[in-house]
Amino acid sequence: MLVNVLNVISQWAIPLLLLIIPLYGFIKKVPVYEKFVEGAEEGFRTAVRIIPFLVGMMVAISVFRASGAMMVLGSLLKPITDLIAAPAEIMPLAIMRPLSGSAVLGMAAELMKFHGPDSFIGRLASIMQGTTDTTFFVLTVYFGSIGVTRYRYSVVSGLSADITGFLVSLYLCHRLFG
Amino acid sequence: MLNLIWLFLLVSGILVAAWHGNIEVVTSAALQAARDAVEVCLNLVGIMALWLGIMKIAESGGLVNALARLLRPLMVWLFPSVPPDHPAMGAIILNLSANVLGLGNAATPFGMKAMQHLDQINPRPGVASEAMCTFLAMNTSCITLLPATIIGVRASFNSANPTEIVGPCILATASAMVVGMSVDYWFRRRNRRRRR
Repeated sequence: MLVNVLNVISQWAIPLLLLIIPLYGFIKKVPVYEKFVEGAEEGFRTAVRIIPFLVGMMVAISVFRASGAMMVLGSLLKPITDLIAAPAEIMPLAIMRPLSGSAVLGMAAELMKFHGPDSFIGRLASIMQGTTDTTFFVLTVYFGSIGVTRYRYSVVSGLSADITGFLVSLYLCHRLFG
Repeated sequence: MLNLIWLFLLVSGILVAAWHGNIEVVTSAALQAARDAVEVCLNLVGIMALWLGIMKIAESGGLVNALARLLRPLMVWLFPSVPPDHPAMGAIILNLSANVLGLGNAATPFGMKAMQHLDQINPRPGVASEAMCTFLAMNTSCITLLPATIIGVRASFNSANPTEIVGPCILATASAMVVGMSVDYWFRRRNRRRRR
């Protein structure tokens, strides 16, 4: 039931926006097509401007992951993860969460395939996937689009939110499904 | 900060690969990632153009301003350094609404637009302003009411109850948001005190 409702919402959200906004503009006597093209052109330029930032970030993350350094970091963190009762399988996902959205989605899918979506690990991976955005992607892309290179404390506040999201997911998973 | 994290990712990756005796992984990973990054951006070109085009219509018709007026008390409280009528406010609201609804690919264009507006009132170009940091803290931890992607993945692996994770997700994102915003607030206060 709920799945169907959610499916309908996600199917209709974008068509409705595409229907309502241009209609609204037309009623307000906006030259809708001309304004659309004007905005679209800005979008085009912005997307191209972030390429160098994203190349830098994705190369570093990819080297870190492919080389096995991520697994080493995971095993170094083992005393801490044992303390908070986090399964070892979930740690690579937790480390990647702030770094790369697509990598995490792939890892979550892999864990669900192996352990099943309704296992403890499957549920924890699902909750973590739905929690917090990819901090470094957002930082890179948003600041890249305006050429800001000094991020100041935003890295710390973003990461503290990520860690909170992880700990709360873990706690809830133990409480609800443990 | 970011310089160090970036360097750490690269250096530790290369050292571990060398230690494991398969240094060639670094080359292929780096080259592939560089190609992937451009592909991500190219995919983004069309989506950005579409959403910023739609946003321009909404802006010209006064829809964005109406929304901004509605949420004005909240926005002024969250972003004290931004003038209440500044166009950045509207773009921030659109970005957060898209995030809450789980429309990730609509959120990114609005977010970049908001950043460009915030940059116009940034006293130090190239350095993140207070409002930018607050916006980012909010953005990376934003409450998600509809984690549609992961529900889809769960359903595709035949979960007995794909949506059972929605409640925990909302709670976890809400706590992350509170902590992210509090940390941001603490830094802002500390920097102000130092400047005096």
